[in-house]
Parts: sequence; structure tokens; C-alpha cells
Amino acid sequence: LLLTRLLVSPLSSPERSVINFPPFCVDSGPEVYVGIDAILEQMRRKAMKQGFELNIMVVGQSGLGKSTLMNTLFKSKVSRKSVLATSQEKIPKTIEIKSISHDIEEKGVRMKLTVIDTPGFGDQINNENCWQPIMKFINDQYEAYLQEEININRKKRIPDSRVHCCIYFIPPTGHCLRPLDVEFMKRLSKVVNIVPVIAKADTLTLEERDFFKKKIREELRSNGIDVYPQKEFDEDAEDRMINEKIREMIPFAVVGSDQEYQVNGRRLLGRKTKWGTIEVENIAHCEFAYLRDLLIRTHMQNIKDITSSIHYEMYRVRRLNESNTAVTQANGIPEHHLSAHEM
Amino acid sequence: SSASLLFLSRASLPTQRHQVHRKSVKKGFEFTLMVVGESGLGKSTLINSLFLTDLYPERVIPGAAEKIERTVQIEASTVEIEERGVKLRLTVVDTPGYGDAINSQDCFSTIISYIDDQFERYLHDESGLNRRHIVDNRVHCCFYFISPLGHGLKPLDVQFMKAIHNKVNVVPVIAKADTLTLRERERLKRRILDEIDEHGIKIYHLPDAESDEDEDFKEQTRILKASIPFAVVGSNQQIEAKGKKVRGRLYPWGVVEVENPEHNDFLKLRTMLITHMQDLQEVTQDLHYENFRSDRLKRGGRLSSHGYVLPLSPAYVPVCFQLLPLTDSRAQAVHLDG
Repeated sequence: LLLTRLLVSPLSSPERSVINFPPFCVDSGPEVYVGIDAILEQMRRKAMKQGFELNIMVVGQSGLGKSTLMNTLFKSKVSRKSVLATSQEKIPKTIEIKSISHDIEEKGVRMKLTVIDTPGFGDQINNENCWQPIMKFINDQYEAYLQEEININRKKRIPDSRVHCCIYFIPPTGHCLRPLDVEFMKRLSKVVNIVPVIAKADTLTLEERDFFKKKIREELRSNGIDVYPQKEFDEDAEDRMINEKIREMIPFAVVGSDQEYQVNGRRLLGRKTKWGTIEVENIAHCEFAYLRDLLIRTHMQNIKDITSSIHYEMYRVRRLNESNTAVTQANGIPEHHLSAHEM
Repeated sequence: SSASLLFLSRASLPTQRHQVHRKSVKKGFEFTLMVVGESGLGKSTLINSLFLTDLYPERVIPGAAEKIERTVQIEASTVEIEERGVKLRLTVVDTPGYGDAINSQDCFSTIISYIDDQFERYLHDESGLNRRHIVDNRVHCCFYFISPLGHGLKPLDVQFMKAIHNKVNVVPVIAKADTLTLRERERLKRRILDEIDEHGIKIYHLPDAESDEDEDFKEQTRILKASIPFAVVGSNQQIEAKGKKVRGRLYPWGVVEVENPEHNDFLKLRTMLITHMQDLQEVTQDLHYENFRSDRLKRGGRLSSHGYVLPLSPAYVPVCFQLLPLTDSRAQAVHLDG
């Protein structure tokens, strides 16, 4: 966004822009290099200084390896279970929302990672409306951000606690989605980026995995569930091409592990069984590496952008319209006189 | 099907048991096995693997949309297996829909009614005039499938097992055991046993080997008892492994062999079932059915809730019991006159 304000004419060559200013000096050639692309370095340095935030929510029944997967993704003990001294494996009677934050640094880049856990989800005998506390939490974060935004004296940097991405863990039944999965994803995909994964995928043969994925994609389609990356938010043809490839592969079938084993002379993260060792980062074994690349290496910024420019904005519009309606109703102005808020 | 079902041969049979054995062989066995567990735990595959047959040739797995509408169904499939002159009429009772719904409260009342109905029917037949061809459709054993993914029993598992443990022999089975490493498996088994204890769930107990059995059999019994709950893997696919064809599951990292005791407890489960079919039937008759019967008779009333009405003519009614309510003084009088 910063860049577009600086360019005063469209690019005429792929490498360098030619600006329609009169030549700086009569002797200089037709191509003038001003050095605008130095902005990229300035942005990089600012990002390094500031660091950035990433908030990931994990949702799924107890025992689907959520904590282990988080630890595997960030190669450190970031899950709530790893941090708490008492490993509470008892299923809570109601759904709890528990956040835990970590400062992670790699090559001078600092990230504040917040993992939001939802123990109790789907574990009860009666799971009706179990998505409500989660929906409320997500909306509460939007609300908190909105309140900061509409303040007269605003903070320089509004702390961002909005949920950027919600990883939904599907049990590896190999059949199809369960009613609970459909209900949850249908509702939550409207307010947050949902990344569905097939949990503990080492229980499926490759054949079973492909069948299951196809079935899941069919059911997502027939229920109108848009998971990340959503088709309607593809920005251009290049985006669409990359994202289509991802859409053909999801949900990723993942296996997590925080234990290393010796395999062919290398130390690898894996699971050791009597019939072989499952290598977590080996794409012939499971799709963990694809998930990691998506969430961290290629689409992290995009996930945050969609959250702030689409999900959050939708929330904001709804909220401001609600307030407007309330105000005008109090003042006796009929609704159709309201001007629509542009977004 | 001529499958190799009874593979453990006993070297010598004590004479009395031998005579009973010979009579049963002529008559054939009837056995009803109920299978309960959430969708996707490999129940059908395991049953097919156990009996080396395809009990579900035209099976269609419903999608999520259909599952939302469904309640728990009871589906019974009967297959006749003959082997070395022994006939087995096996009925497998499936319970599709169990645990699928978002709200699983009361999802098993259908299952309990089914078990009770078979007892009711047997009670009626047993009380009838012609008892030569009583068909025993009572559920002799219930395999309860526990997900290998959790940290132990789920609330639904506990609730269900407690609701049926006084009606049927419950054999808990850890499904899809190839999800677990050896350590995880041992930890899960211990956890489940602790929770079974904690909640007072009564699972089927293998009787200790009798003193006149041979050492091999005694050792086998000890091993079986120590391995409960069995952690199993099922498959009917033949995979090439180490130069021979085995039943198993092919993964990129290796082959899980169904019949390899180092990989899972499938053989143990099969052995347990085969060598204890008789005992499972006995316990059903002597314990679960008798409990049902005495409860039923104590509650009194006629056996008319399902249309089975006993004639009340004095010429017929056996002297040992009366089905009129105990408060009826007539009944008391008849009983005393006996």
C-alpha cells in the first residue's frame, strides 16, 4: 500500500519505472534511476525492529495432536500443555478459551506468537452450540480492536489480538466430515480464516487419504464453506494460480512430533513404530511441510491481511451500522435515510 | 466360508467336556456379537478380518448431511460359517449412527432396547409350551470400540458402558491401533483400565485357566488377560512384505501386519473370542439373562409389552412362578398351594 502512493506513473518496464519528470540533467540518458526501490529495505528494517504478531487458534477434539502440532510448527514448546506444569489431560466440562504468548526470534526477526487453545470443544456428549464461545472470543477481539480504533487519542500501534487463522482439526476417520465439523466450519468460516487439517494422518494409507480429502472437499463445497485461501479474495491471476494449487490439496494431512530419531544418518522429527519411522517433514509421508510453508513461509502476511481488511472490516461495518440504527431509531429518523458506509 | 477360524487345537479334552463338545458340534453354535463405536473406527473392517468374510458387500457410508438426520440404527447380519464339521451361525449386530450426532445424549436407548428385546423374547420362548427349537438371539458379547486418538475414555464411552455392563459382556477394543507407538499404546491401555476401575465399569473377565489345562493354554490365558484392552488393526488387503503376502496396511514408511503380534493384538482378540465363545454364552445365560429375568418377574405384570401374552389358564401355568402382580392375593394363594 505504501508503494502505490509513490509511483506517479504506471510501470513501463518490468524492472524499473520511468517517471514523467523532466530529466534531472540534460546529459543524463533516458533511463533515470532514482532509487525508489530502496523503500523495500527501509520497510524490512522497520519490520525487523518492530517485530510482528501472529495469533493462531487451534480447534478440535481432545487427543487430535493440536499441542504437538503447534510445537512442531514453531520448533519450540509453544503450546499451553508444554508450558503448564500440571499436564491437565482431564476433559473440561465446558469449553475454555486459553491463550498463551511467546516471543520467537529467528535471524533477527521477532515474532510475538499467540496460540489460542480451545479445550473441551467437541468432547462432551452434548456438543450443541459448542462453537458459540469460540465465535464470541473471535468477535470480542474484533471489538477490542474497534474500540481502540475509534478512540480519540489512539495508540501508535494498536495491539492486535485478532485471530488471524483458525486451524480446525478433523479426526482421521477416512469416511467424511461429521455433523459437528460441518456446523463449526460453516459458521466460523464467515468470521475467521479457517485452515482445516486432517489430524494424526499416519493412520491413513495414501489411498485412504486421497479418498478422504476428496470427500471433504466435496462436502465443504456442497455446504458452501469457504476455507482459506478463499476463492473470492484472490487478488490477481498469479494469486489465483498459486491458491488454486493449494485449494486442490487441502485439507493437509498432518502428523506432528517433538521427538527426534536417527534416520539414515540424519536426526529427524518423527514417530517410531515397529513397522517403520514416520518422518514428519518428509512430504512422501505426510503434508506437515505444506502446512508449515503455507502458514509461515508463504501466506503468513496474506492471512493477516485478509483478517484485517476483510473479516475485521465486515465486523466493523456491521457494528457501526448497528450503532447507527440504534441512534437514528432513538432520534426518530427512518432507516432508509441512512447513508451506507463505504468499504 | 471355509476360513481358518478355529486354529487353536486343544491337545486333550476332559471326557465330560468332550461329550458336551460333541453334542454342540452336531447342533452347531449360535453366537450374536454386537459392535458399537463411533463412525470411522474400522469396525466393519475388523469384523470382516475376524471372520474372513465380507459381511457388508453393499455398504454405503452416508455423508455428513445424512448423518445429521439419522438416529442410531440396529442392523443385524447373519452368516453361517462351517469349519471342520463345526457350524457357527454368527449374527453381527451393528449400530450405525452411534456417537455421530452433535448431541449424543440418549443415542443408545435404541441399543439398550434391542438387548432387552432379545432377553424378553427368550424369556417368552422359554416360558412357552414348545421349547425344542428356542432360537437364542440374545447378545452374547459387545465389542466396544474406543478411539486411539484420545487420552483415555470419552464421557460417552463411560456412559454407554455403564448403561450396558449389566446386560451384556463388554469387551473394550482399542481401534486403529497403528496410530499409536508401542509406548503410547501401553500408556493408553493403562489409562483405560484405570478409568474403567474408577467408574466402576464391569467388563468381561476371562476366566482363569483351570488346573487341568495344559501349560500352553494356561500361559495363553495369562497373556490374553494381561493384554486387555486389545489394541487392534484390521485389514483384508494382501500386501507383499519381506517376500511373502500378508494381510496388512501399506504405508510409505512400512507395512503394518494384522497377524503380527508385535504390531497389534488382532490375533489375541481372535483367540479370545474363539476360545471363549462358550463362556461368553454361559455368562450371558447365567448372569445377564438371569438378572434380566429376575428383574422382570419381580416387577410383575404380564409379558404383554411387546405382544407376548402368556395364557393364564391354571392348567398351563407352571407351579414355580406366577406372573400376576404379587399384590394380587389370588396369585399368592395359588403359589402357596403349589
